[in-house]
Parts: sequence; C-alpha cells; structure tokens
Amino acid sequence: MTLDSDEHAGVVRPDPVPPSRRSRHRRVPVALLIPAGLGLAFLVLPLAGLLIRAPWTTLPQRLAEPGVLTALRLSLQTATLATLLCLALGVPLAWLLARVEFPGRRLVRALVTVPLVLPPVVGGIALLLVFGRRGILGAWLDRAFGITLPFTTTGVVIAEAFVAMPFLIIAVEGALRGADTRYEEAAATLGARRWTTFTHVTLPLVAPGIAAGAVLCWARALGEFGATITFAGNFPGRTQTMPLAVYLALETDLDAAIVLSLILLVVSVTILAALRDKWITSP
Amino acid sequence: MKIRNALAALTVSGLLLLTGCGSDSDGDTPAGGAASGGSSGAVTVFAAASLTESFTTIGKDFETANPGTKVTFNFAGSAALATQINQGAPADVFAAASPKTLATVTDAGNGDGTATTFVKNQLVIAVAKGNPKGIKALADLTKPGLKVALCAEQVPCGAAATKALATAKVKLTPVTLEQDVKGALSKVKLGEVDAALVYRTDAKAAATDVDGIEFPESASAINDYPIIVLKNAPNKTGAQAFIAYVQSEQGKAVLTAAGFQAP
Repeated sequence: MTLDSDEHAGVVRPDPVPPSRRSRHRRVPVALLIPAGLGLAFLVLPLAGLLIRAPWTTLPQRLAEPGVLTALRLSLQTATLATLLCLALGVPLAWLLARVEFPGRRLVRALVTVPLVLPPVVGGIALLLVFGRRGILGAWLDRAFGITLPFTTTGVVIAEAFVAMPFLIIAVEGALRGADTRYEEAAATLGARRWTTFTHVTLPLVAPGIAAGAVLCWARALGEFGATITFAGNFPGRTQTMPLAVYLALETDLDAAIVLSLILLVVSVTILAALRDKWITSP
Repeated sequence: MKIRNALAALTVSGLLLLTGCGSDSDGDTPAGGAASGGSSGAVTVFAAASLTESFTTIGKDFETANPGTKVTFNFAGSAALATQINQGAPADVFAAASPKTLATVTDAGNGDGTATTFVKNQLVIAVAKGNPKGIKALADLTKPGLKVALCAEQVPCGAAATKALATAKVKLTPVTLEQDVKGALSKVKLGEVDAALVYRTDAKAAATDVDGIEFPESASAINDYPIIVLKNAPNKTGAQAFIAYVQSEQGKAVLTAAGFQAP
C-alpha cells in the first residue's frame, strides 16, 4: 500500500513523459527475487496455517452464532469511525508537518510516531490516565458533562484512532513531501488563498496518498487489541470487537478462535481489495 | 502443524538457552550433593500466572533443600500453558488454576498418573483502599451508578464469579468482562471501576492499593489448583520431588501466606 502511494507520488510529477514501462519487464535479479520470495512466504505461511487448521465441517454453525456478527459489526463500525476521526485530525497535522516550518518540527514528527513504538497495552493505560474516570481530562469531562469514555463504544473508537493515526499521518506526509509544490505556488501566484489552495490543489494532488493512508489506518484499527481491551474493556455488543472475541475464544476453544480470525481476515481482505480496485489504483 | 511444532521448539530452545548455564553447572556439583538423597538436575515447571509469587519462593527453597537442582518456571495463563504442553513443550510439571484446563492436557494423553489438588483459591470483592463506596456484600454491587468489572466467563475467575453470583441470586451488569484476573484488578487499582471479583491471592498481592472483602457465597465457587507430572517429562524424579515439596509443610506455609487455602 505504501508502494502505491510512492508510485502515485511519482506519477503526479509535472514531467509530461511517463516513466518507461519497459524497465519493468527486464530480467529480475536473483539476488532480489529470492529474498522477495522468502518475504512473501514468511507473510503468507501463517495464513496458510489458519486455513489448514480451520474446522471446515463445523464452520457454518459457528458462523451463525449470535455473538460473531455482533462483534464483526462493532469492529467494522468502530474501525470506520476511527479512520474518519484520523482523517479529520491527521490530514491537517500531516499538512502542517510537511508544509509549515516551525520550531520543534522534528520533535513533533517524532512524537507523532510514539503510538507506533508504544506497546498497545501501554497505550491503553496511557489513555486511561488521560481520559479515564480519574484521568487528567477524563475527571473534568465526567464532572462538567457527565461523560465517561472507558467501557463505551466511543472509548473503542478513541483507542483505535490513537493506535492507527500515525499510519495515516506518515502516509499523507510522505505524499505531501513527494508532491510537487509548484502547483501550490502557481495557485498562490494566481491569488488563491492558502485554504483554497489546500482544498482545491493540495488535496486532489495527494488524494492517492490519503487513500492509501486511510486504508492502512483502517486495517490497523480493525486489528487493534491491546489498547482497546485496556482502555475500553470487553463487553459484548458494546466494546467487544473481533480481536477481543478471538482472544477470549482462545481460552476455551481453539477452533472457535480460528474461525473468528478467518472471518475477520476474509472480510477485511475483501474490503481492502474492493477499495484498492475502485479507489486507490484509479485516482 | 509442523510450523507450530517448530515454533514451539524454537521457544523452548530459547528457554533452554537461558537456563543452559544452570544445568551445565549441575555436573560440577560436588559428590556430597548426591548424598542428600533428593533429586538432581533441571526441573521445568509450567505454572498458572496466579502462582508466580508463591512458586518462585518455593522454587528457591526447593533448590536450597536439594543442592544440584535447578527449577525453571514458565508462568502464564493456564490455557496458554496447556496449549504449549500439548504442542510438545518439554516440561516436567504442570500446575493449573483449574481442573478443566488441566483436563485438556490429561485428555490429550500428556499427563503421567493422576493430578492432585494442592491448593484452593476463593473470590473476594476487590475495592479501592479504604472501601470508599462502603461495599459489604455481593448484593451491594448492584447499587445504581456503581461500576463493576468481572472476568470473562471463558477464564476460571469469570466462571467462578458467575457461579457465586448465581448462588447469591444477584443479577449484575458489569461494565467490562476482563480477559484475566489481573486485568480486572488493574481496573480497580486505576479507579476505573468501583469493584471487581478477583481471587483472594490477587487482592492480597495488591494490598497496598486495594482491599479484599470476603463474601459467603464465594464458598460455592472455590477454584481447585491441580498439579501433575507430565508424560514426556525429561526429569520425572525431579518433577515428583518438586510436587512433594509443594505439598510439604514448607510449601504449604508459603502458599497459605499468599492467601491460598489448603485443599
């Protein structure tokens, strides 16, 4: 997916001559082919393991169990809401990092990636310390508005957005920095204000990058486990997403856990493939 | 399956690497060590996470009592340990937090002999230090506005909680069903919930932050901890000696101090 954004960033160049297609058909060096093949095998083999071990005969009745659809629906809803939240906050932040010189920009850039290196469980505890009932902001929210975030579906969205937002920001910032600024300069010369330039020139220019980032962000949010269970807890229909259901199923029934994992996998891969064809590859 | 075994082997060889130095030095033990009559060599014990503190102490005492032995622990959730054992991890002893989990190992034919219950554990209501909400009984947990955490029914502490609540005829809607007892306890510690049903041993280990309130209905949901020698144990003599030590007066003293009850 990041590859896509790079490709598109390349295509966006004002250079009228497209890059030669012939280079792609030249002989592939073995030194690259072997590690590439190993890399693919490394990523795909665990998947094969799931498929081989899946209890195919009992699959239909396991699918029909009521808790499964509830968890799946909640997962899809929260991951989508988290992605929307990330888009609303992350795209402006990425723009700021890519286009505006300000003191401490390097530090801010490093801070943005903190959720990437933080173990998600630690992220969940950190969220509790801020948004929890006794948290710095949470205590105030509770007192002033009677809002508590832990153990709610909103809490799930917040936990997922916290963990997934860096993926969006990094992708969009990369696209912005790769995009040619001459279009924006031209717009400015023609009298466009910065906001107009942003909405009419910059956004369309980096749309593929934003789409790629949003897909990464959504995928990460969908698989989120640690921060969610720590911050939002686990309650069927309210905060129990698919990864949480998988983890608990693992305690008693390995087969059920495998089935749940497969469902999540099939649904997410289908959605990603559909988006890729419709949206990302044809900007 | 093959990949799984390979992974298990990798994990285990990692563990062995860590402990390798210990078992090497066993050969250098002076002859006097053998005269003590006990077992020798390395003993690998897979034990439920709730036994972490007490078994670590017991392990050290056991090594002192039997010079030349080295006990290595793998503490984790009972279900995870059972899976590892069934996938071929070379352990000598398995101590589980519930007979049901231990049964998954014996049912797969990986146990040697029959399991013995060595301790029992019982639920208490964990509340913030000083019990600010004045909770005295299970029925108090249904007070409006009170937030309660339980363990999910799939894990032993959740199953016990369901049983105790049924006995007390208390209908309770928790805000969360945690994946293990430590998760439920940490929600109390952080003040996110007002109460949680946890094991007495866990409440005792966290005594600086929480109070444990005993309730009579917990007697209906007592958790037995079984222990067994494993069929593929590399050191069966050592395994039997360790289990005997756990059940000895010294072992019992450590376990009781942690809040466990005698079987």
